[in-house]
Amino acid sequence: MALTGTKSIKEYKDILKGKVWVFPDNVDTDAISPTQYLSDIKGAVEHTCESIFKEFPRDAKDGDIIVGGRNFGCGSSRETAPVILQEKGISAIVAESFARIFYRSSIARALPVLEIEGISNEFKTGDEIEINIPEAEITNLTTNKKYRGKKLDPILLNILKNGGLEKQLLDELKEKGKAK
Amino acid sequence: MSGKTIAEKILAAHSLSNIDISPGKIINAKIDLILSHFGTARVVLDYGRIRPSKLRKIFDPSKIVVILDHYAPAPNEKMASAHDLIRKFVKQQEIENFYDIREGICHQVLPEKGHVRPGMLIVGGDSHTTTYGAFNAASCGIGNTDLFYAFVKGELWFKVPPTIQFNITGKLPYNTMSKDIIIKIAGDYSAEVARYKAIEFSGETMENLSIASRMTMSNFSLELGAKFAFGIPDQKVVDWIKNRTNEPFDLVKPDADAIYEEQFEINIEELEPQVACPHTVDNVKPISEVVGTKINQAFIGSCTNGRFEDLKITAKILEGKKIHKDVRMIVTPASQEIWMEAAKSGIAETLINAGAIITNPNCGACFGGHQGLLAPGERCISSSNRNFKGRMGSPAAEIYLASPATVAASAIKGELTDPREY
Repeated sequence: MALTGTKSIKEYKDILKGKVWVFPDNVDTDAISPTQYLSDIKGAVEHTCESIFKEFPRDAKDGDIIVGGRNFGCGSSRETAPVILQEKGISAIVAESFARIFYRSSIARALPVLEIEGISNEFKTGDEIEINIPEAEITNLTTNKKYRGKKLDPILLNILKNGGLEKQLLDELKEKGKAK
Repeated sequence: MSGKTIAEKILAAHSLSNIDISPGKIINAKIDLILSHFGTARVVLDYGRIRPSKLRKIFDPSKIVVILDHYAPAPNEKMASAHDLIRKFVKQQEIENFYDIREGICHQVLPEKGHVRPGMLIVGGDSHTTTYGAFNAASCGIGNTDLFYAFVKGELWFKVPPTIQFNITGKLPYNTMSKDIIIKIAGDYSAEVARYKAIEFSGETMENLSIASRMTMSNFSLELGAKFAFGIPDQKVVDWIKNRTNEPFDLVKPDADAIYEEQFEINIEELEPQVACPHTVDNVKPISEVVGTKINQAFIGSCTNGRFEDLKITAKILEGKKIHKDVRMIVTPASQEIWMEAAKSGIAETLINAGAIITNPNCGACFGGHQGLLAPGERCISSSNRNFKGRMGSPAAEIYLASPATVAASAIKGELTDPREY
């Protein structure tokens, strides 16, 4: 059965802090969400991205942040990819660029995603990062350097603030119900 | 004001936002058609969280097509239960456009059944939804949450993509196919040349390609990161669609002064058959550099290359020959209609005589679901679309992507083989 639920969605905050995992270019959805664990979220979380970093599924902690390369999340439309990273505790992803469907699904699941050219060379795994989401401002707290990405469109930022598309929709329907 | 590309025109025609349509802008747009396959199970569960009494008011069943093509027929009880959940939902919601496991792969069946027309804005819970660009439709894949939202609201946000153009000229050499062109593009320009962009294919080569060959290019464009991938909007498209539906439509053509982010000129007169080697689609080599690599499995099928012309060239190469004794050759027609055509034309008989296994139409082997997975250390040549590690079973297996002609020739010799020898 497909994965379901929104319990792994974190409450929206403008500013996030965490420990960094630096990922390479072209991380594909099969690596994040292996086919053999498509219907087994627990198994998937235990094995996510292990073909990239063996230690990632073991050592990644709640609140960690991924700094990715180019074309992060390329491949299939499986939404399990952002879901599994959320389940693993990843609170945001900053990357040089994202594959389209992964980007959309992350927004839909209220997983903050920011694009910044050249960012993957500015961090090492283990660095501390601070992200100001509405300002698209990134700080490497370890090296004390600041970077600025492209701000999210208000439509997209709103979806993040509303806790994802599903919650936004349910809230909207509830409001309609009250109006009657 | 400058001219518009196909993507800009179709998005403008569907926009609900009162802003200019130009690359980078984000708009809300109404959707003409929503495709859902196995992911429908997730949508059903999401629906469970909305009061059932509200369902019907917010739901337009005529705009939704549900098809069971993944795990078809169900290989285990878990999948059988998911299919069961979807069948019940489809009945409860009175979705008439429902295709059960017999019909085939979504991206073949939707056009065949007349659901796809030029100018439409289509979303699907499947990445290869870009395929309908061959029919002049703006179509792209989305995830399950977006799919759920679209089911309920019939609209979604869209980023207006910049458009890049591939102008392709020259005559395809003997036993090379459109798959070789698109794999070559991946190799030359990388798997993200079209990331979050629309592609327009143009040029005399595109004009001469069949609709099926154009579908292969629009389909594989997703592997280049494309959001939309338009073929040529010409009479061939009009004739094909009119044969499938009586609904009216107009072709959407780009303006002569449309602005392209980048334009690529490609000549294919000297094109050699191409192979995407493990484990990325842009790790591309001409066949001459990889001939002789031993294989255990040869796969013809998928939404990329499981159409009649693909089976036909496979049969032409296999006619009167035997598949190598150490190779399993699996052929999966993309739809029941294609399977029937293969049966009637004698192609199925040729394939079986050569030693191939023909399965029912479904997505199985390509996405590593069932019907043809690989063991550690095994190697497969495949006409499908992804060669990522673990895509077809073991992460310790290797997948080489190529045209059906190259797959067929390789099946005979038991090693990667140049199809121009046949």
